Amino acid sequence: MSDVKSDNRARFGVPADSMVFARGVRKTYGSLEVLKGVDFDVPEGSVACIIGPSGSGKSTFLRCINHLEKLSGGILLVDSQFVGYDLQGDRLYEVKDDLLCQRRAEIGMLFQSFNLFSHMTVMENLIEAPTQVRRIPVDQAKAEAEVLLRRVGLVDKVDRYPRELSGGQQQRVAIARAMAMKPKVLLFDEPTSALDPELVGEVLQVMRDLAESGMTMVVVTHEIGFAREIGDQLVFMDGGVIVERGAPREMIANPKSPRTREFLSRVL
Amino acid sequence: MGVAHPTEIGVEPGVAAAVSRLTVVPQRRYGIWVGTAFALLLAFLIIRAFASNPAFAWGTAAGYLFHPSIMRGLGNTLVLTVIIMALAIVVGTVIAIMRVSPSPVLRAFAGVYVWFFRGVPALIQLIFWFNLSLLVREISLTLPFLGTLFSVRTNDFMTPFFSAVVALSLCEAGYMAEIIRAGIKSVPTGQAEAASALGMPYRMILKRITLPQAMRFVLPPTGNEAINLLKMTSLVTFIAVDDLFYTAQSIYARTFETIPLLIVVAFWYLAVVSILSVGQHFLERHFGRSDTRREPLTMRALRNLVSLRGIAR
Repeated sequence: MSDVKSDNRARFGVPADSMVFARGVRKTYGSLEVLKGVDFDVPEGSVACIIGPSGSGKSTFLRCINHLEKLSGGILLVDSQFVGYDLQGDRLYEVKDDLLCQRRAEIGMLFQSFNLFSHMTVMENLIEAPTQVRRIPVDQAKAEAEVLLRRVGLVDKVDRYPRELSGGQQQRVAIARAMAMKPKVLLFDEPTSALDPELVGEVLQVMRDLAESGMTMVVVTHEIGFAREIGDQLVFMDGGVIVERGAPREMIANPKSPRTREFLSRVL
Repeated sequence: MGVAHPTEIGVEPGVAAAVSRLTVVPQRRYGIWVGTAFALLLAFLIIRAFASNPAFAWGTAAGYLFHPSIMRGLGNTLVLTVIIMALAIVVGTVIAIMRVSPSPVLRAFAGVYVWFFRGVPALIQLIFWFNLSLLVREISLTLPFLGTLFSVRTNDFMTPFFSAVVALSLCEAGYMAEIIRAGIKSVPTGQAEAASALGMPYRMILKRITLPQAMRFVLPPTGNEAINLLKMTSLVTFIAVDDLFYTAQSIYARTFETIPLLIVVAFWYLAVVSILSVGQHFLERHFGRSDTRREPLTMRALRNLVSLRGIAR
């Protein structure tokens, strides 16, 4: 394994502390080109925020990271490894489903619509993947789930069903569910966009705590305040390319590109 | 500021008295009175015709109600319904999964299956399977170098009962496949997506996430199908399976008490359908309440049964 990683590092120039490494990522649907060559680096333990207008390709890019979408071109490595492929010589072999699933399990993802399993209680949601995918004993999974629920402040909701919770609570449970797989990186796809304004804060607080604990995070968001405060880097995407990137405070205060400036003036 | 709060509005005594003197006169609906009278008259005439016409022979019908042959026929009808429904659910689930599969070949196969078995009348399918021996004399398994491993004549196993089970369950499976497919489609795609993101493989997602959630949409129409199937089994009379209708027919062919025996048959179908309807009513009440705060206990039990629980493993 470590051989594969060091080979990849040497061959593609991946930095030693890289968690997500993208070069020339393209994605097309038929004749529609959604991603037109995206280069992107997320060092381990850092938080990258992606902003941009809808249709800019930022969600598609996020879904490429855990191979929910196959790339049409370019390379994308998580922890210096391909997610959906095995590299042999100059050929990228698509991996079998069970191996893809194992690798995907190490990349947590949060959705705009939470997507908690609606026929399961909070506890069942949290232990489903650990017990079924990783074959962890139920007792151990439950104990770990309780620790996570305490961390997101919902330990009293273990036996509730998702529909009995507020949107903010559901998203916090979803974060705990993703964390239950002990992922190397968490991907957030507009995690607060579907929430009532007064519920946004509680989710951002949980995300802030995660970032402070050293979790690597890629966050597609409209919360400029969160990006400025928590983000280590800020990326502005438009039309399938990265238009501008930089340190969040500086970029928000003095955007260099006129498109960034225009976008920021509309959302701030 | 300055606006009187409602409780501060005082009602003058004179106005209060005038209000309390008012009474409401309901609207006269003469059409409904006429209709009611007409319906009552019609009901009276029908009941009188049934009661007074000696050809109905109510006494004879009552005498046959628990006749041993009729009871055996009723038993066979119920056994047929249960076996066929169970097989139809299993086959229908497989076909439904094929219809939503990523493989276009499997999707097409399932599509053709549904098209054919829903499109050809059940009676024709029934008689076709019963006469399978005209098409295939014997079924055998012959392997090179090993010779014939087994061989069986079609007529030896295509008994009336067996052909009824095969024909009607394949036919019913076509309907069940569509119901289950609609159930699977009604589960939001985000559910499967979240499961993928957690590293669950396709089969596990289907078994543990999609199908259990499809259940609540699938159950009410399945109850309907069971009621339809119960009545559809009367078709097996045509290939001489001694179900409820066939036994009644064989009695009145001998005694010419046609009407009383048809009454007996109708009574038993109605009785079983009524019991099924009550069961269905309760199922629908449980599964229709998907928005209620708490999941009913029975729903959890059913769901756990369906999802072939692995958590306790």
